Amino acid sequence: MTAGRRFALAVLALLALGGGRAEATTAMVGSKAFTESVILGEIAAGLLRDAGIAASHRRALGGTRILWQALRTGEIDLYPEYTGTIAREIFAGRDLGDAAAMRAALARDGIAMTLPLGFNNTYAIGMRAGTAERLGIRTLGDLARHPDLRFGFSNEFMDRGDGWPALRRAYALPQRSVRGLDHDLAYRALANGDIDVTDLYATDAEIAYYGLKTLADDRHHFPAYDAVVLYRTDLARRHPAAVPALRRLEGRIDARRMAAMNAAAKIRREPEARVAARFLATALDISATRVEETRGERLWRATKEHLALVAVSLAGAIALALPLGVVAARRPRVGQAILAATGVVQTVPSLALLVFMIPLFGIGGPPAVAALFLYSLLPVVRNTHAGLAHIPPALSESAVALGLPPAARLRLVNLPLAAPSILAGIKTSAVINVGTATLGALIGAGGYGQAILTGIRLDDLALILEGAVPAALLALLVQGAFEMAERRLMPPGLRPRPVAGGTP
Amino acid sequence: MFTLRGVRKSFGTVPALGPLDLEIAPGRTTVVIGPSGCGKSTLLRLMIGLLTPDAGTVRFADRPLTPDSAQALRRRMGYVIQEGGLFPHLSAAANVSLMARWLGWDRLRCEARMAELARLAHLPADALARHPQALSGGQRQRVALMRALMLDPEVLLLDEPLGALDPMIRFDLQAELRDIFRALRKTVVMVTHDLGEAAHFADHAVLLREGSIVQQGPLGDLVDRPADPFVERFVTAQRAPLAALDRSGAP
Repeated sequence: MTAGRRFALAVLALLALGGGRAEATTAMVGSKAFTESVILGEIAAGLLRDAGIAASHRRALGGTRILWQALRTGEIDLYPEYTGTIAREIFAGRDLGDAAAMRAALARDGIAMTLPLGFNNTYAIGMRAGTAERLGIRTLGDLARHPDLRFGFSNEFMDRGDGWPALRRAYALPQRSVRGLDHDLAYRALANGDIDVTDLYATDAEIAYYGLKTLADDRHHFPAYDAVVLYRTDLARRHPAAVPALRRLEGRIDARRMAAMNAAAKIRREPEARVAARFLATALDISATRVEETRGERLWRATKEHLALVAVSLAGAIALALPLGVVAARRPRVGQAILAATGVVQTVPSLALLVFMIPLFGIGGPPAVAALFLYSLLPVVRNTHAGLAHIPPALSESAVALGLPPAARLRLVNLPLAAPSILAGIKTSAVINVGTATLGALIGAGGYGQAILTGIRLDDLALILEGAVPAALLALLVQGAFEMAERRLMPPGLRPRPVAGGTP
Repeated sequence: MFTLRGVRKSFGTVPALGPLDLEIAPGRTTVVIGPSGCGKSTLLRLMIGLLTPDAGTVRFADRPLTPDSAQALRRRMGYVIQEGGLFPHLSAAANVSLMARWLGWDRLRCEARMAELARLAHLPADALARHPQALSGGQRQRVALMRALMLDPEVLLLDEPLGALDPMIRFDLQAELRDIFRALRKTVVMVTHDLGEAAHFADHAVLLREGSIVQQGPLGDLVDRPADPFVERFVTAQRAPLAALDRSGAP
């Protein structure tokens, strides 16, 4: 077991070598998984490029914790953030009174922030205007009179410092029907009448689009969410032109302008990069040379990323799972432990497993590969174990009786006899892996999941299908390829075949 | 060839064999007979080291058979079981030559030896290329015998080698096997529950009952001078069918 564990760590370490820290020469911009953040990220990257700095934008990486962690570890050099989030979320419980205190706290982590960009994207609570009017609701306090209203809040809002629990206390809200869901899905749920009340960002394009009413925060529960850019202090050393370039944004984006950009991206479905380029051109007179990927190029890139995730994680998993399965079959008691351990990994929700990998491997490909690797272990271990354990005793004893040493028995007799079961296990792993790899996009690993996530974010069915259909096809293709391989590689004597009769 | 002293074996709390002393003389065919569950297969498996005795010693060719020495000593023994124990993923030829190839024999040497054995075992040439499941039961046992003989072992250990065959094939193969054993002058230890088969092969017979030797010697002695009522019953029981036939045919 210790040898196995050491081997596992070695494999994980090898995988980690593949990706890792932002290259010193490139300034790495990050953004959160919502449209406004992606647009701001594009704008920041455009500004840096205009200043002659090679900048790369890792779009829509996830939530605050992932971005903050990535910034501190140097995976990214900067990302757009909101002062309210810094005070209430990143430094929750530290009661940072003003901007100076916030800057001091950030500096201790080697992080600095720009002045506000010009808009306050505070949290707001909204509902359909018609419903609000009918029930006579204008303020958050009015909600307390309607305990039957169904609340649906974004997952992040459900558990942030100033989110639902604090809001409920501040306004003594009695509602019992409260569920968490994706922010972008919340608008559709609201429009469909599945929920009555949700959390909004003040600059959301959908407020006008869906005809929503934002309720007045008469007790001033929500803090200011002034947009800023957080950046690593060492960025100034590596790229002296970077910070002055970013500061050109200070005070240049007001709430109306931001809402218009959000609307362009979300309602009119313009690519964020195009929206950002237009802003840079009109507001800052920067003509960004922007290469827009065609659908075909995007698909090809996603295919390569997806295949890389699957191939590397699956190859690593097979390399570890086969020996583990062999050990499990040889030593039943150790085997119990191995099967139990890999089984437990399988019960961890895939999303949670992905997030667990971030502290170890950062963001992007390596943590996704590590999570997929762990996920792929069980079917191969279990089937290797089962295949070896179910070899008829007469056959394994015949190999012993011939005088073959253990290693030769394993290679020449036992593994070939277990091959059908082992191949079936690898096939199961591969198919699961192809599907689960779509979640890798949540932590910046790319692949087909990128289109699915962006599609959900932009409510763009075509884009969702652009990711979902190839992912499903790839799964079918993998399944088919394995079935063909099973027929081809299976030792002829193990293929089903009528038993020949005849005389001796 | 084999010397067993005070050998005892239990499976869990169930005693299977012994304590038992047995000497297997070289160059002869010793047949171990007895009803099912008497421990005869256990005895054979102890002799090739597939089982380790709980007490006592097994010696082969004057060397103690232990878990450490067994692997090398086994290459000087050939072992054939009831269903042949052929590996289904390998062709008959690959089954026969598996151990020799592993020991580094070249292809020519392997093929020459296999051709020799195929003649000896009356195996049609095309059967060697087939996989076990494409062979008949009799052919499978011929291949199993070839595999056991490939390295020209000093002894052959056979556990009910003809037990799974239908009577006609079995009858033909019995005669062939006896000729082979005589031609090769090998030490043979065969386990069977069938007295007729024992009569066919045995230079020396060992009768087991509940893990102990009841009587041993030439099979004729067992038939003519049974040591106790059990031996007599065992012999009579197997003669009964023919006796019945004789009576029904009488005028």
